[in-house]
Amino acid sequence: MTLPIMTDTGPVMEFSGVSKIYPLASGNVTALLDISLQVLPGEFIAIMGPSGSGKSTLLNMMGCLDVPSKGEVYIRGRSIRSLSDDQQTTLRRDELGFIFQQFNLIPLLNALENVRYPLILKNGMTASRERCQEVLAAVGLVPTLWYHRPTQLSGGQQQRVAIARALVNDPAILLCDEPTGNLDTKTGQAIMALLEQLCHDEGKTIIMVTHDPRTAEYADRVIQIEDGRIREEV
Amino acid sequence: MAGGSLFFSLAVRNLQMHWLRSLLAAIGIIIGVMAISSMGILGNAFSLSITNSLSSVGDSIVVTPHVGYQGGMSSVSTSERLSDRQIELIRRAATNSKVFPIYAGGDRIKVQRDTLYASIYGIDPKDLPTLLEIQKGQYLRGASGVMIGAKLAKDNNLTIGSRILIGEIESGVRVVGILKERGMGFDINPDNAIVTSDLWYRDFYETRGHDQAIIKAADIKDIEQIKSSIEKQLNKRETEVDVYDTRMILNSITETFGQITLFTMAIGGISLIVAGVSIFNVMMMSVMERYKEIGILRSIGTKRAEVRSMFIYEALILGLSGSAVGGIFSFAAGYLVVAVLMKDVSYLYNPASLIQIPYGMAFGIVTSMLSGLYPAWKASSLNPIDALRHE
Ligand SMILES: Nc1ncnc2c1ncn2[C@@H]1O[C@H](COP(=O)(O)OP(=O)(O)OP(=O)(O)O)[C@@H](O)[C@H]1O
Ligand SMILES: [Mg+2]
Repeated sequence: MTLPIMTDTGPVMEFSGVSKIYPLASGNVTALLDISLQVLPGEFIAIMGPSGSGKSTLLNMMGCLDVPSKGEVYIRGRSIRSLSDDQQTTLRRDELGFIFQQFNLIPLLNALENVRYPLILKNGMTASRERCQEVLAAVGLVPTLWYHRPTQLSGGQQQRVAIARALVNDPAILLCDEPTGNLDTKTGQAIMALLEQLCHDEGKTIIMVTHDPRTAEYADRVIQIEDGRIREEV
Repeated sequence: MAGGSLFFSLAVRNLQMHWLRSLLAAIGIIIGVMAISSMGILGNAFSLSITNSLSSVGDSIVVTPHVGYQGGMSSVSTSERLSDRQIELIRRAATNSKVFPIYAGGDRIKVQRDTLYASIYGIDPKDLPTLLEIQKGQYLRGASGVMIGAKLAKDNNLTIGSRILIGEIESGVRVVGILKERGMGFDINPDNAIVTSDLWYRDFYETRGHDQAIIKAADIKDIEQIKSSIEKQLNKRETEVDVYDTRMILNSITETFGQITLFTMAIGGISLIVAGVSIFNVMMMSVMERYKEIGILRSIGTKRAEVRSMFIYEALILGLSGSAVGGIFSFAAGYLVVAVLMKDVSYLYNPASLIQIPYGMAFGIVTSMLSGLYPAWKASSLNPIDALRHE
């Protein structure tokens, strides 16, 4: 699956006049209303706002999991609306990394296999094990845990595996939905330090949803949303 | 698609994780395949054994008096016979094929101290060598003596020279020849019968006409021609005789057996449908339980077709393993069924019987595939966001 040529100059992500409306029997729910924003390469952005304000909806659109009802979303210069389902999937696989609050590892696979999974999707069964071990070591998971299943790992360890999985295909953008939401403060801080390092040392663009102000402090820029609108940018 | 064997191994792992459920689904397929194959084998063995025991002479035409026809002017007759006039007409219709008029009846006979019932045929001695083969002794000459069927001889320890008493008046006759076993026939069944000369029969039973006429076609191709000619000669105004040829009967019997086999296989097929439903159920459960996992797979870059292939592999593994084991068990089940019901396992090794096993296996695989299609499609068409949110 080949994707349209991407542009590496300019914003990695651009929203122009984006709205998301869920038509329900009880009336339309407007999850996002007329959002316009730009994300520049290497930025570390936090998205904050009360529950139900549309943070996850926004992040899903950035992650090419959802398309806008109105307006346009461009990821590295391509309108996601114009991509087929397979092209959107390939874009998620190759250019985006997801980190979830629930870690979302594949229960059937051990840590190393979880990391290797997206690499196999991209390169086939010959996908390099060394690359996976390298990434696992970089996120600080000790080798004795590499062959553990997700259920045999702590939350912090699972989140490290999830980050390694998100990194293995070397994406430009990492999307994190409350990455520390299920972790204790100390483990959360360690994960945040890791993300900060990925942004500053490796030049990854990171967009993170959080409602913890201390977590948001790691970001260069904070976008506040309320009722589906951008309230302020700091 | 990259990593086809990745999805295969994911399918294997999922089946292993839910091994009990997978095993039950596979057992369903095993039973279904066994039911279809062994029913097919039994049916086939059955029709094989029937056709083997039939004296498969396909060259005869049998003419019998039509039941209900009262023999023209004569009002004395109570049972139907072929008159000499009718025999003559039949001979004319048969042109150069030979016609054998036959007396046939049955009577009480006494052998030593046993009294039993046997068929009795009266046949012109000069026709006998053409109609029947001899095993021991000699053919009838003139009016004296009788020949007996192989089974009658064997069951009652009769041999050349034995005496048999026939009928109420216990008229004694002596066995001069024993006939070769012939199997069930549609013209005459001499295996359990006594064959006398036509003269003896006519005198003894004071009968007026023959009971049937057999025509041996000189050429198989003449059969239809002779049949229609007899119909034209005898049945124009009123149905006087019934005409049928042995090949036609043979065909309709094998056809009937084919239908019975099909019917029993259809019953086996029902069990396979049940197995298909159980695979469908297992696959649907697998999809529903893994809603969230499917969402994860999709969100990190797994294409729809790849998700679909994972579930199709699951169905395929269940179907293939179930059918393979079912195929092996089918052989055992077929052996058992044939051995118990037919008492002759050689029917099992017939290619037409053995082919039922791959048939059954193919049905098993196709059923599993079909039952896996919808769940696989369902899994692949889930919206990733909805699936991710699922707990
Ligand atoms: N599939 C859907 N159908 C209908 N309404 C939806 C759907 N998904 C989201 N919504 C609505 O859109 C709004 C925004 O939801 P969203 O999940 O983006 O909120 P959030 O900011 O992530 O909240 P939280 O902090 O609780 O995760 C909510 O009012 C929600 O009810
Ligand atoms: Mg949310």
